[in-house]
This record gives sequence, structure tokens and C-alpha cells, in this order.
Amino acid sequence: MLDAIFFYTFAALTLGGGVLCITRRNAVHSAMWLVVSLLGVGGLYLLQRAEFLFAVQAVVYIGGIVVLFLFVIMLVNLDEAARQRQFNRQWLIGLGAVALVGAEVFYFLKAGADTLKLPPPAGSVSTDGNTERLADVLFSEYLLPFEVASLLLLVAIVGSVVMAKRRI
Amino acid sequence: MLTPVTTIHYLALSAALLLIGTLGVLMRRNIVVILMSIELILNAVNINLVAFSRHFDNMYGQIFAMFVIAVAVAEAAIGLGILIALFRNKTTVLADEIDLLKW
Repeated sequence: MLDAIFFYTFAALTLGGGVLCITRRNAVHSAMWLVVSLLGVGGLYLLQRAEFLFAVQAVVYIGGIVVLFLFVIMLVNLDEAARQRQFNRQWLIGLGAVALVGAEVFYFLKAGADTLKLPPPAGSVSTDGNTERLADVLFSEYLLPFEVASLLLLVAIVGSVVMAKRRI
Repeated sequence: MLTPVTTIHYLALSAALLLIGTLGVLMRRNIVVILMSIELILNAVNINLVAFSRHFDNMYGQIFAMFVIAVAVAEAAIGLGILIALFRNKTTVLADEIDLLKW
């Protein structure tokens, strides 16, 4: 019962924030609604006992990516763009395509909810902390992908400096 | 009365968020908002991964979600860097005005 209340609250935050994020004229308002949406997703992580991912969501997404967006909004002049029309000429086609895919997805989710042979949820939840379990797997089985991800981030740092710098 | 929340609920929510993000990418002209919509799409994927991680009570979904977040950070940094370079050369942030490769 309490679970359901929290789920629907966070779902409303996520979807409402998302819709407002893509419809606002002012990009700063979009960024603020993006924060609301990301917080909703973080709450859903908490509901599913992914506490570490909630912390990552708060620190990396809200503290990092959104701040990066706000800095870029500050650096590029968006006043001119805010005065013009916000949707491109093909928006009706886009809306139709998304509505079609949405109808399809939700039809199959509804029709297949009973036949979707998911095994019953695992009953016994391990008593170890979420961070501990995650670290166990990450630093044993997924050590190589972890190192490759650090290489990816290094490339991203160098790349973004090269892009944003006026003269190398 | 509210029905108990199952994994299907999370899948439906994730699908809805994915559609909202896709709508943003397809409809908006402002590149900053398009990049934000891409973040929404990646978050929808993460909801799915974490829901299945909980459902099967193992950690692989959460590990994968962490990698998705790392890639999202790299993508945002590079995308915004490209945007700044673009704005310096073309003085526009509207996606349909950037048509240098069209003829």
C-alpha cells in the first residue's frame, strides 16, 4: 500500500517533469524540470533498493549533468531561440510516430502482462548492503568493463576540451 | 484501491518516459532541449534495468545501469562541447538551421 503510494508519486514526478521539460520555451526552465524528473527516477531507485544508484543519480545527474547544461545555457545565447517557434516542421509526423509506437508498446504490455513468463520475484533479499553487493560484482566480474569505462571518460574529457576550446 | 506494484508497472513507466524523450528529440528545435531529452531516454533504460535487477535479485542490472550513467555523462560532455563549437561558428542552436551538409 505504502509502496504503491510512493511508486505513483515518483512516477508522477518523473513523467510530469519529463513532459514539462520537453515543452518549456525557456531552456533554464527545461533544466529545472529535468531535475524534477531525475529526482523522480532516483526515488524509484530507492523503492527498488538500489540505494547506491540513487546516490549516483543525485551526484552525477543532478549535481553534474544538469549543472553542465546550465553552464552551457549560460555560455550560448538562447534568447534568440526562445523567441522563435519551438517545434520543427515535422512535429506532427513525430507525434504520430511516437503515438503509434506508444499504442503498440502499451497494447503488448497490457495483453502480455499475464503471459509474460517472468519468474516470481526472488523472495529472499540478501541482508548485505546494496553498495557492498554492487562492489563485489563490479570489482570481480566486471573489472575489465569498469577499466574500459574509465578510458571512455578520459576520451570524453579530452574530447570536450578540444571541442570547447577556441584554439588548441 | 491501489493494486500492488509489480515489475510490469515499472516497465510501463519506463516505456512512457522513453516515449516522452523520443518526442522531445523528434519535435524540438533547440539542441539543448534535445540533449536533455536524450538524458530522459537513458533514464528510462535505467529504470528498466533496475526493475529487472530487483526482480531477479541480482546485481547485474544495477551494474549495467552504472555503465549507462557513465556513457550518459560522456555523451552529455561531448554533446555540449560540440554545441559550444557549433554556436561559435554558426551562432544558432536550432537543429533545423544547421544544414551545412544538405544541398
